[in-house]
Amino acid sequence: MAETRAPERTTNRGPGRLLIAVYILFAIAATSRAGLQIATKFDEAPVAYLLSAAAALIYIVAAVGLARAGHAGRRVALACCSVELVGVVAVGILSLADRALFPDETVWSGFGSGYGYIPLVLPMLGLYWLWRTRHDAS
Amino acid sequence: MTSAAAAGSPVDGILATAAIVLSLVLALWALVAALRHRAPDRLQFVGLAALEVALLALAVLALVALGGGERPGEPGAFFGYLVTLVCLPPLAWVLARMEPTRWGSAIVCAVCLVTPVVVVRLQQTWEVVGG
Repeated sequence: MAETRAPERTTNRGPGRLLIAVYILFAIAATSRAGLQIATKFDEAPVAYLLSAAAALIYIVAAVGLARAGHAGRRVALACCSVELVGVVAVGILSLADRALFPDETVWSGFGSGYGYIPLVLPMLGLYWLWRTRHDAS
Repeated sequence: MTSAAAAGSPVDGILATAAIVLSLVLALWALVAALRHRAPDRLQFVGLAALEVALLALAVLALVALGGGERPGEPGAFFGYLVTLVCLPPLAWVLARMEPTRWGSAIVCAVCLVTPVVVVRLQQTWEVVGG
């Protein structure tokens, strides 16, 4: 097959599409986890489970923002990636400092250690990609 | 061996192992393609189809076991993982079709790295109660 050189500076193409794929995977993982936790044992750790749900929502919206691209999509994605980065760092620190606050695992506990630290790396990659494609605000 | 132990987990057998191995081989193949700037080739799509067939067969085995009265340790999580699992290869397929560049191969690689993890989690959510 011929070597492919598609435009690599469009938000939702090329590497952007890989990013969207990973965001979709995390949206699925976080949504099903949060849904299950809230449905079956919400009373055990409401803070952790609501946080899981918030994380799930952010992954979904970020994936949609990246996929739609354009001016609005990029701004949505920017907001989501920023919140995500702040969230994963804050929850990471809090979960280490005060274990009682998050008695059960969330996607962001321990800086996302349960998910191979991808939750920590993903928003950085997202922000980097948005910056790389900053002239794509069509 | 008791009959329950002999029956074992429906998602922990040669089929599950085959799916894991196939997925990892496919991930490696797709990684090589991505590193060589190659779009997903026919072999990647054939591999995804084969993987999906293996995962669907795994799901059927699990449903047959459920029909036979067996129960997973964590039913909610088990079904969550099962549904997620059979959706993964189609997801990779669709996204790889949309992205006929090296990044399409990268997507196939990423999804095929996640799939074995989900298979293992599926097995864990069946076991839990055990004895």
